Amino acid sequence: MSVRTLPLLFLNLGGEMLYILDQRLRAQNIPGDKARKDEWTEVDRKRVLHDIISTMFNRKFMEELFKPQELYSKKALRTVYDRLAHASIMRLNQASMDKLYDLMTMAFKHQVLLCPRPKDVLLVTFNHLDAIKGFIQDSPAILHQVEEIFRQLTETYGGLSAGEFQLIRQTLLTFFQDLHIRVSLFLKDKVQNSNGRFVLPVSGPVPWGTEVPGLIRMFDSKGKEVKKVEFKHGGNYVTAPKEGSFELYGDRVLKLGTNMYSVNRPVETHMSGASKNLAPRTQENIAPNPLAKEELNFLARLMGGMEIKKPSGPEPGFRLNLFTTDEEEEQAALTRPEELSYEVINIQATQDQQRNEELARIMGELEVTDQPRQSASKGDDLLAMMDGL
Amino acid sequence: MFRRERSIPLRGSAAALCNNLSVLQLPSRNLTHFGVVHGPSAQLVSAAPEGVPLAQRQLHAKEGAGVSPPLITQVHWCVLPFRVLLVLTSHRGIQMYESDGSVMVYWHALDSGDASPGTWSGQILVFDIPAKGPNIVLSEELAGHQTPVTDIATEPAQGQDYVADMVTADDSGLLCVWRSGPEFKLLTRIPGFGVPCPSVQLWHGTVAAGYGDGQVRLYEASTGTLHVQISAHARAICALDLAPEAGKLLSAAEDTFVHIWKLSRSPESGYTEVEHCHGECVPDTQVCGARFCDPSGSSFAVTGYDLAEILRFSSV
Repeated sequence: MSVRTLPLLFLNLGGEMLYILDQRLRAQNIPGDKARKDEWTEVDRKRVLHDIISTMFNRKFMEELFKPQELYSKKALRTVYDRLAHASIMRLNQASMDKLYDLMTMAFKHQVLLCPRPKDVLLVTFNHLDAIKGFIQDSPAILHQVEEIFRQLTETYGGLSAGEFQLIRQTLLTFFQDLHIRVSLFLKDKVQNSNGRFVLPVSGPVPWGTEVPGLIRMFDSKGKEVKKVEFKHGGNYVTAPKEGSFELYGDRVLKLGTNMYSVNRPVETHMSGASKNLAPRTQENIAPNPLAKEELNFLARLMGGMEIKKPSGPEPGFRLNLFTTDEEEEQAALTRPEELSYEVINIQATQDQQRNEELARIMGELEVTDQPRQSASKGDDLLAMMDGL
Repeated sequence: MFRRERSIPLRGSAAALCNNLSVLQLPSRNLTHFGVVHGPSAQLVSAAPEGVPLAQRQLHAKEGAGVSPPLITQVHWCVLPFRVLLVLTSHRGIQMYESDGSVMVYWHALDSGDASPGTWSGQILVFDIPAKGPNIVLSEELAGHQTPVTDIATEPAQGQDYVADMVTADDSGLLCVWRSGPEFKLLTRIPGFGVPCPSVQLWHGTVAAGYGDGQVRLYEASTGTLHVQISAHARAICALDLAPEAGKLLSAAEDTFVHIWKLSRSPESGYTEVEHCHGECVPDTQVCGARFCDPSGSSFAVTGYDLAEILRFSSV
């Protein structure tokens, strides 16, 4: 599996998260002069996005992210987004955070599946970054950070071969394997079937560099074409009009990764419930997790680089609900199927400095001789400790 | 015309790998074995002719040093003249079992280091297999590829007509054609053109190669001359299979299509010719494995990413 997948996974999921939060905050927007103290305004929305983006693109954090490493589990990655979502005055309950993560993962899974060429996942990433730049137009400092990441992406991925991109694609698909959460927006747009599987169209432009299927050409030993026969392929494909741009600015051509949410189309998810497709994931959650120690090391390194700005002055934490009502949110928390729970390490954003020191101390304690048997139980102890913190 | 037959259910969905279906036909025992990689495990299923599943087994990659559970990269039955072995590969190494997966007879560890250099460095490992028992020995390491090897195809060298025995393919699209013997000899190199070649077959001295841009190409194995170029698929090809008795070639790709082709040699020119026989769409499924289920090519099976069943088709 590819060790260069994490930056792409993180940036694209982060981009989707921002689209969803932006849509949700707009939907709850109250004009500034009419808003009560606990209601969202345009200014608040911009500030939340600004805070999250600046945390995401923090230099130290990005440095950790771009180091060649294996992908970690959905559980571990979810913890990072939990922290990121709490990078400003916004607060999310567990149920809303679950829903947010479900939407993010299904959206990016769809984008990866539908990428015409494996390399096009880079264009999807650039689409997300282009949109992120739109969110922070008026902050030149963060804009500069985002453009830096553009450059780093080009440096890291610009020279990779088609084979290496195919491996990255397979690594991403492995991460998303067996995820079939139904998203109402996808169902409505006929992008997803009612069984949770995505629609794979067999029409439209072929990938850049691929020929429209339907031709058999036969040659003699000197390379001269001696026979040409057409056959019926079954699809309805046309030539690709042009290649998307990989430059800092340019027409990406590909629509995957652009913002498909709008204020008037609220997004709901349906839990797939008990179906045989969930069986493998159930087993994964019940069995003791031998990755615990590695994952905690990863989290410590990654979040050590995350600078969370503490809110200045006694401001209330604004709670954002991803559901239509509070009752719905409560209901969702109660009825979430066991096998789909993320068992998140609950890290409160209010004690950041203490957290980092605590994590560092724990990491230090773990620098003992590696004995496979022991490390499993140490991982369990550590998880228990973190839950209590 | 083909029709859908009864599917065989799997415990776990198929992983997004290439060549992710292996089939062992056992007509004398009225059985067919299927092998599919799920991720950290591979699943073996035996089925009766109508597709009724009879027995089921799961195999895992051997845990080596390190914490993360290794992922299996391929499961494949190797049919040798006197014996059938089941081979499981992962980044940790190569495991060989008796054909029903009941007993592991051999384990070859690959060095860790940056990534497993065995297949990832482009090397091909040749093992001597005795008629019985676990006394398997690594006899040769062939250097021919600089990028990870994706597929290997062989055919018995019969008579003086064609000397090429084996063709290997890699991530850069390069094909190497070899002749076996006490030592393997590299006969030809067929360069790639910027896309990986995930799957390759060898039939009567003709190399059939499937590429990441959806093309199927047929070459003369001994010279590397291109004889046929097919714009076969709209996405990357993930599997090729041969029904050697009938000269049928099967291609499957991420575009949800499976195509069957008839290969022949023109009596006048002696050149390889190809005719399209059949195309099948597996709706909304990114196919990752496909195999013929009988030597005449009148039935085939397909696996798809995220799909927890083996789809079966047979001709009417």
